[in-house]
Amino acid sequence: MGEDTDTRKINHSFLRDHSYVTEADIISTVEFNHTGELLATGDKGGRVVIFQREPESKHAPHGQGEYDVYSTFQSHEPEFDYLKSLEIEEKINKIKWLPQQNAAHSLLSTNDKTIKLWKITERDKRPEGYNLKDEEGKLKDLSTVTSLQVPVLKPMDLMVEVSPRRVFANGHTYHINSISVNSDCETYMSADDLRINLWHLAITDRSFNIVDIKPANMEDLTEVITASEFHPHHCNLFVYSSSKGSLRLCDMRAAALCDKHSKLFEEPEDPSNRSFFSEIISSVSDVKFSHSGRYMLTRDYLTVKVWDLNMEARPIETYQVHDYLRSKLCSLYENDCIFDKFECAWNGSDSVIMTGAYNNFFRMFDRNTKRDVTLEASRESSKPRAVLKPRRVCVGGKRRRDDISVDSLDFTKKILHTAWHPAENIIAIAATNNLYIFQDKVNSDMH
Amino acid sequence: MFARGLKRKCLEEDVPADPVQRQSLLDMSLVKLQLCHMLAEPNLCRSVLIANTVRQIQEEMTQDRSWCLPGPQTVGRAPRDRLMSTEILCRSAWAGPPPAPDPADLASALQVVPAAQAPRASLGGSWDRAGPGESRGGFPRSLDQVFETLESHGPGAVEELFSDVDGSYYDLDAVLTGMVGSAKSGPEGLETFPHPASSKFRWVNFLKLSFICLRQYFVLRYIF
Repeated sequence: MGEDTDTRKINHSFLRDHSYVTEADIISTVEFNHTGELLATGDKGGRVVIFQREPESKHAPHGQGEYDVYSTFQSHEPEFDYLKSLEIEEKINKIKWLPQQNAAHSLLSTNDKTIKLWKITERDKRPEGYNLKDEEGKLKDLSTVTSLQVPVLKPMDLMVEVSPRRVFANGHTYHINSISVNSDCETYMSADDLRINLWHLAITDRSFNIVDIKPANMEDLTEVITASEFHPHHCNLFVYSSSKGSLRLCDMRAAALCDKHSKLFEEPEDPSNRSFFSEIISSVSDVKFSHSGRYMLTRDYLTVKVWDLNMEARPIETYQVHDYLRSKLCSLYENDCIFDKFECAWNGSDSVIMTGAYNNFFRMFDRNTKRDVTLEASRESSKPRAVLKPRRVCVGGKRRRDDISVDSLDFTKKILHTAWHPAENIIAIAATNNLYIFQDKVNSDMH
Repeated sequence: MFARGLKRKCLEEDVPADPVQRQSLLDMSLVKLQLCHMLAEPNLCRSVLIANTVRQIQEEMTQDRSWCLPGPQTVGRAPRDRLMSTEILCRSAWAGPPPAPDPADLASALQVVPAAQAPRASLGGSWDRAGPGESRGGFPRSLDQVFETLESHGPGAVEELFSDVDGSYYDLDAVLTGMVGSAKSGPEGLETFPHPASSKFRWVNFLKLSFICLRQYFVLRYIF
């Protein structure tokens, strides 16, 4: 980690990349908080690392702050389920920040089975001048105390303290794939493959099951829940996606058990594109509401789709992420890459969407101009102060100099987790065990 | 980074796969399911997707059969084809890197089976060139491997085998049941489980039997 401390001092101007090696562990989730001041990452080792954006300082002439490590803590430990004789992985599947309500920050982190609420507080003052204790904390000899003094608060080096406030355990039989905090700031939901539970943030011994798609006979199981999210403004609405490519919008006011959806978003299958892999590639790996709450973004294996909540028949926009893989599905099925779950993200103004791909590439689509770009997150191609160069994958035909051919793509280098700052053009990209933070200096503000 | 497996050409997206490619895709899927379930806690989403793919392939195979002209496509062939693929699956799952049955091999194997009276010999024979580890003697040995694998999970493994709460284990049963069940015209009532050694196409049932045997084995071992 020595390299990390050194990179903190680097100042930057243009598009920059910082790479933080998180102790050879693979990053499994990335999430900005609601202001974008903090960025949390979870890894396979159960650790959470929080980065904080330095305030605009006099040292950096261009004024924008960089992200430095703020706190690191072990969120989940490997567990052993004695009843089933199974190890429970400590890998952090998802982190979600709670809206900040006081000086402390709170976040929820989850592994396959247990969700934990962590409170992050700062301490930068300590009391000095006790009457009964000396500076080291040892009790004073009372005979030496001749007068009373009032302890005063003196500044000290900033200390970040993280403490687990709640542990929400034993709510799930299957593996938790997503958590989502409700806009009411009191409840949140957690979804596993077959069920979704609603929790109150203050109550750990009880949760309500709001969706249950487990069939009476497990042999009839053909569909699982892959992701879910609460609506950003309407506390009664949430959406969940399935492995068959459908989205279900549910209203909690309708019934206690929301097995009946209020709206079903499903695109009819294109018969000309049908193959044995059609179902697998239609499985939705991530669903995100837009900041406005009007749209939803879904990611399946080859595309990202924008859905309008008012139209269930089909998405309003479809973007091809890596269509050149369509003819390679058999090989990708063989090496299991077809089961990779990519995430997707909106920018703050809902005008640009982003998602990851293979070979450490990630893609951005501008919904207004309909232009897209492929960028690469790697040390070799990201020198300090350099502008990221757009990349291109060539599929036969004319090949330009820096193009990569489909066959030389590295399928072990996949960008599954990405996050976009809620207000500015800053993105966090997790490439295996490296975290890249890119800033757009030229267009800092959303447009 | 490609998993070891049967080499085959990529299926083109819009090609209704020819039988050999479809068969090899089925094999691959079955291998994956088997390997899935060898894990202590299989990824349910993955299992479901693969199981659905298997079902889809089998539906198409059954449809094709019902469309097919007379000839080698007799009704009794259906289960054998499936079972054949399961044997490849068995060998590849238990006995290390599988051979690469190219279309010629499969075709010859398909022709060999109906003619043979000692089908185990013929089945074994058609794979003789696969290598030293792939002999018929490898079969009971692979059963031992299965025992070992499950045993190494420890005493708690019996709970896992019986687990109702985590129903994902049922997926394997579901697939096997689906396979067996969809062979509507399969001979000898494939639901029964005769002794494996005596049957010529009991590989599917043998798998189920082996798991049942293992369950009973664990029950006996740990309850008494």
